Amino acid sequence: MANIISRTPVREQDPAQRAANFEEVCYGFNVEEAQREASRCLNCRNPRCVQACPVNIQIPNFIAEVVAGNYQQAADIIAEDSLLPSICGRVCPQESQCEGSCILGIKHEPVAIGKLERFVGDWQLENGKKETAQIEPNGKKVAVVGSGPAGLACAADLAKLGYEVTVFEALHRLGGVLSYGIPEFRLPKERIVAREIEKVSRLGVKFEKNIIVGRTVTIDSLTEEGFDAVFVGSGAGLPKFMGIPGENLNGVFSANEFLTRINLMGAFAPEENDTPVRRGKKVAVVGGGNVAMDAVRSAKRLGAEAYIVYRRSEAELPARVEEVHHAKEEGIEFAMLTNPVSIEADEKGWVRALRCVKMELGEPDESGRRSPVEVAGSEFEIECDTVIMALGTSPNPLIASTTEGLERNRRGCLVATEEGATTREGVFAGGDAVTGAATVILAMGAGRKAAKAIHEYLNNK
Amino acid sequence: MYEILRKEKLAENIYLMDIHAPRVAASAHPGQFIILRSTPEGERIPLTISDYDIERGTVQIVVQTLGVSTLKLAEKEVGECVEDFAGPLGRPSDFIYENIEELKGKKLLFIAGGVGTAPVYPQVKWLKEHGVDADVIIGAKTKSLLILTDEMRAVAGNLYIATDDGSEGFHGMVTGCLKKLVEEDGKKYDTVITIGPMIMMKFVSLTTKELGIPTIASLNSLMVDGTGMCGACRVSVGGKTKFTCVDGPEFDAHEVDFDEAMRRSGQYRDEEQRRLEKYKDHKCRIGLDK
Repeated sequence: MANIISRTPVREQDPAQRAANFEEVCYGFNVEEAQREASRCLNCRNPRCVQACPVNIQIPNFIAEVVAGNYQQAADIIAEDSLLPSICGRVCPQESQCEGSCILGIKHEPVAIGKLERFVGDWQLENGKKETAQIEPNGKKVAVVGSGPAGLACAADLAKLGYEVTVFEALHRLGGVLSYGIPEFRLPKERIVAREIEKVSRLGVKFEKNIIVGRTVTIDSLTEEGFDAVFVGSGAGLPKFMGIPGENLNGVFSANEFLTRINLMGAFAPEENDTPVRRGKKVAVVGGGNVAMDAVRSAKRLGAEAYIVYRRSEAELPARVEEVHHAKEEGIEFAMLTNPVSIEADEKGWVRALRCVKMELGEPDESGRRSPVEVAGSEFEIECDTVIMALGTSPNPLIASTTEGLERNRRGCLVATEEGATTREGVFAGGDAVTGAATVILAMGAGRKAAKAIHEYLNNK
Repeated sequence: MYEILRKEKLAENIYLMDIHAPRVAASAHPGQFIILRSTPEGERIPLTISDYDIERGTVQIVVQTLGVSTLKLAEKEVGECVEDFAGPLGRPSDFIYENIEELKGKKLLFIAGGVGTAPVYPQVKWLKEHGVDADVIIGAKTKSLLILTDEMRAVAGNLYIATDDGSEGFHGMVTGCLKKLVEEDGKKYDTVITIGPMIMMKFVSLTTKELGIPTIASLNSLMVDGTGMCGACRVSVGGKTKFTCVDGPEFDAHEVDFDEAMRRSGQYRDEEQRRLEKYKDHKCRIGLDK
């Protein structure tokens, strides 16, 4: 079969055009394309892709239903393991998970599993059943802190088991990082995120926005309100800075701030929204992860000449391959093996330049990546008017610091078992709050495991 | 949605509102702030809590109209709602954790400037309720811009008023009034707490440093989320970077880099001015259509 060799190309917005708008980059497969791509799957007896998926979606099974044109069945198969296929199909690092282990990838190209998942998820949002679920209530109440991927997954599973679930969200919009972090051009908010959350609402889950657990209420006051258990999926929201001179100059932002203004507050559409965002002429984004790619591509879309500044080489970039590829297509410049040492100011206290030093790769460190070493005497300046720090995030201490008996580790992450039990009875946790910044799919998986653990805990209580 | 239950014009461009937010009211402490959005397209505006009533479930805020977002809020009337209202945010004032008997032995002076008078009020009121009389200086450009003087008089030990033009009370700045109290009238203060415009807090801080009085300033930095997520509010305190929203808003004033804080506060000023002019122009046109 000839089509086994070549992967079905996915239609995308033209790079030159999309570098100036916030519309979604990838159009996804239509029915013909999905069927052609699905037919490439060898339906392996011992599917390595399922093992490589953090939530073990029965990938060959759902793909077989796509081939047969049974999209609802395909959606039902995914739903057994994943709550958010339209989201994960778009943002999962498939190349290091399912697609990375696809047998076809050894000699040819792997099946486009992510794009097929997205196709099925979107089909379901468009055409699937929309009735409100009828579930017999079991009389027990669970509070979920945070409406990001971990919280949504935990809430949905508990609701299906008959629990009365209330999700508390600190911000004014639901979705956590799906809303404030990942940009519209990668994950549409109204068309996808809001509708995936709508699915959770239809299970009877209640949402309360503008509630900051640790301030507005506490874990203790929720227990007093009558919640039998609490799940903490509060994410990793605190931005890291480098600690170099000049970081508090005007024009230096955390990627969180820059992206929150654009995504959550809608600053990319100044005619419609009141929140301003810095529109730099020349923007340097420090970091090499997905958040750095999101920030640099957003800066480009706001009209800037935009750079990635990363201290290792391209091979070590932690971002998804697709994001790096898209960024390059859009004209993003990559300054690799370059490490900032200070940020220089103009006479008014605004950024004038990023002072950097050249790096070379030395011995591998504990992460297995070759660690960068400074090249002596190689300092130089990158002229820019805006610097965005995308160096990762750490969990917010607000909940742990206001809850007795809830332990944190050295990195500030909540201490929890594999199943999600924390050091405090009746309190469970999962996602970035436990692991530090990771992926949507891992957070979703942790939320599901915790739901199971909460169910067992409350059954035995 | 959060209903506006009371609205009063306190002075030109300064409005007081009681907003129905029972969960926030139940958890609020002096020194904390809230973040609200008045409309679905609006900015998240941080405002210091100026009073709260657990029984009525209301939180009081005082807002000065400066840009489009504060204007849109001030245009709302009783019975209308604000879109979002989240809080209380930030750490409460340190004194609420102190031993009350020790606190009674201390002489506290609050120095409030302009709209900063509003957040000083719940602190002085809390102290009064706990048997502590604190002195207060309220400063304003002119008499008509003074707010909450009667309310403050009812809870303060001594209330001093300072106006730049001498139209009421001491003729001059709050720093002049402070110097007079300490150097001429022989007043002794253990701690000064100042809330107001950054520039005023800077000079209060310089003056109290000179006078050797420990001082706390409540900063009103730029913010987006207010929960520690964005870092827009970072400020240098004692050479270290702190987030106003989670580490503050109150800091040791003598350690705060006010020049940096003022510079950072102005980051969006040009853009805000442009939007304000456009909004006012838009309003005028609506008038012309009628």
